[in-house]
Amino acid sequence: MLVAKNISKSFSGIMALDKVNLEIHAGKVNAIIGENGAGKSTLMKILSGVYSDYSGEILFNGKTVRFSNPKEAQDAGIAIIHQELSLIPQLSISENIFLGREVSNFLGALDQKKMRAKTEELLLKLKLDLHPDTPVYRLKVGQQQVVEIAKALLIDSQVIIMDEPTSAISDHEIDVLFGIIKELRGQNKAIVYISHKLDELFKIADRYIVLRDGISIESGEIRGMNKNDIIQKMVGRNVEIIGNSISSNATDEILTVKGLNLKPKGSSKSGMLRDISFHLKKGEILGIFGLMGAGRTELLETLFGLHPNISTGEVYVAGQLVSIKRPFEAIKAGLALVPEDRKKDGLVLELDVRTNISLTVLDQIETLGFINENKENGLAEKYISDLAIKTSSKKQLAKNLSGGNQQKIVISKWLATYPKILLLDEPTRGIDVNAKNEIYKLIISLAKKGLGIIMVSSELTEILAISNRIIVMSEGFITAEIPITEAKEENILQAAIPKSI
Amino acid sequence: MFNKILAHQYKDILFKFQSLLALVILCFALGMMTDIFFTSANLLNVMRQISVNICISVGMTLVILTGGIDLSVGSILALSGAIAAGLLKFGLEISFFDTFIGFTLIGAILAGVLTGTSLGAFNGLVITRFKVPPFVATLAMLTIARGFTMLYTKGYPISGLGPKFSYFGTGWFLAIPVPVWISLIVVLIAIVITKKTRLGRYIYAIGGNESAASLSGINIKKIKITVYAIAGGLAALGGIIVTSRLDSAQPNAGSSYELDAIAAVVIGGTSLSGGKGTIGGTVLGAIIIGVLNNGLVLLNVSPFWQQVIKGIVILLAVIIDKSNSKTNE
Repeated sequence: MLVAKNISKSFSGIMALDKVNLEIHAGKVNAIIGENGAGKSTLMKILSGVYSDYSGEILFNGKTVRFSNPKEAQDAGIAIIHQELSLIPQLSISENIFLGREVSNFLGALDQKKMRAKTEELLLKLKLDLHPDTPVYRLKVGQQQVVEIAKALLIDSQVIIMDEPTSAISDHEIDVLFGIIKELRGQNKAIVYISHKLDELFKIADRYIVLRDGISIESGEIRGMNKNDIIQKMVGRNVEIIGNSISSNATDEILTVKGLNLKPKGSSKSGMLRDISFHLKKGEILGIFGLMGAGRTELLETLFGLHPNISTGEVYVAGQLVSIKRPFEAIKAGLALVPEDRKKDGLVLELDVRTNISLTVLDQIETLGFINENKENGLAEKYISDLAIKTSSKKQLAKNLSGGNQQKIVISKWLATYPKILLLDEPTRGIDVNAKNEIYKLIISLAKKGLGIIMVSSELTEILAISNRIIVMSEGFITAEIPITEAKEENILQAAIPKSI
Repeated sequence: MFNKILAHQYKDILFKFQSLLALVILCFALGMMTDIFFTSANLLNVMRQISVNICISVGMTLVILTGGIDLSVGSILALSGAIAAGLLKFGLEISFFDTFIGFTLIGAILAGVLTGTSLGAFNGLVITRFKVPPFVATLAMLTIARGFTMLYTKGYPISGLGPKFSYFGTGWFLAIPVPVWISLIVVLIAIVITKKTRLGRYIYAIGGNESAASLSGINIKKIKITVYAIAGGLAALGGIIVTSRLDSAQPNAGSSYELDAIAAVVIGGTSLSGGKGTIGGTVLGAIIIGVLNNGLVLLNVSPFWQQVIKGIVILLAVIIDKSNSKTNE
């Protein structure tokens, strides 16, 4: 029902899409697959009217269309649900759904009654048991997504594009979402589904379209395909899946944590730590697994001194009791934190690669109070070559690099401080398969060099692939500690599921 | 990829070139329309006039680069100037201890600059320690410092400060006005700070991504307080120049100077959201405003129209800047 022919789009001379062809079928879940930078987002932005200056043709229900803004696309029946949701938190569900399409009565005033009734009807359809007047900030991310879907249904969209809809929601919410998607499919709507998580695609998608480097490679039915087939099409070659080949010759304890507690912020129960004790050896990769809200990120943040006034407990680095109340002290103690969200917390995107790498160690490369540019360039060049960072130059802005290379910059800036302990929070989030493997190899080689590494991840495959030992967290407690030899998906998940539900 | 960078740099150069081009065209037009614009007397006069705005704008640039704003510079200028003038003329009398402290020229000037620096540091402290938004914190300081100026001067100018003091505002050194030398030194130091020192890097990092900067171990509070202190100190320096030029500290000196400074920064291409911009751009912005002011006076344009035109120029500069950064993406 939606056909794109020979779509090309370039940004300041760089081809983002090169004669891409694509067919979206009604009554099907159409998965768009591709590595980061393959052109998925650009293509979706063209389909949903964000970009109007492209070459090629889009046929919608047989007619040529060219949307000059998102509203035109919506009016025609194409809705997009972005990865970052675009609801207004202070407004109610009903107000959000009708935003820009408010219904007025004959006096010109808003017809609250009518809008509320319609909202109720939509929520009922989507099985979201909430009052239409509930402000959106009270909703969980998964519920907010459902509201976005309701918004798309209000305007009777024929095509609903979902960009990484499961990146921030729990397994239960994913099930709910998939239920809704199946229902929409039953109503002959076309769903366009973009996701990095290949497992999901096999659960939900009917068709696939593979993009690689701005070119449409292949499309077809997903039935009869397996994961390796898809990966191969995405990267254009075979990818070896790294097994854990490290023999743990680790002996010296580099980090010991005793009785770490973190008080919750506000009244919410999640995000607190309760009596956390564990140790980490030199050269060891300790995997920490837990569901959303288990306290994984908070554990790393507390170790790094981000919650000084609400945490208690003892932390020893190489046998020495340390008191870490802010990041500066953590760095001095030999800790480094690669945060979960590299764009928000890891990089200064508007600065270049070199400046980002040297940011943590500027005090060490000064000569007479001035930054020594030779030393700084040397530092940048060293890590660009050591970590094989793909950048046109050390003066390229960080924002222009791909996700995997950005992550390498963040790791570089921490390696520059010569840490003893590397804390990695979701080190491969939003990174394509190929780059993931490079990051894994890097982590393993760093462990071999004697770093103690703690890796928090919500991807079981990744935890299983490279950890030497696994700690499972749930509701702020450590619920299991499993050596890699005994670790299986089942026993890890069992320990991760909260008992209080 | 390589093309993209080239294109990017080309655009960058083009933008700087654009402002410069605008300035050249402006000067050329003024030269055609008036007889005296291109006389050395007039040009030196323009430079003398903008030197105060340059001092303030440099401090403002640093503040805006961190993602903040400083509305209090005009009032700090007035108070610092008044205190320098008052101390020089009357000294400091502390009746409680029954003591009198006289001030030398240098002592009075240092006290004035110190006043501005302290008030700036206080701004920074309020912003970082109590998490008051910079707009509000410095708006409060705007009226506080103005109030103290009125209290200190009792609403009357402090005049007759002597020829030595006047040197800073009206004197000449190597055929160039002293205030121009002062602003030149300020600009050079600021360029070195922003390009070559840790402080400069941290300023850009904080403005670009405060969270990432903080996680990198940077002491955000310290840097911000430093930056607001510098802005206050430079405003005070501007206050010394203004007071010296008039040979009089006016209680209402410097009002709305913060707007001219912000305008210079914005015309110079610095992003109000922080992290992007240069001192060089700001200097260019200040010169454009100065030349425009001068030209409009020479052309006998009414002061009311002058304000309208200045506003339109600010708008145009930002619109051009925006459309440039859009094509860069």
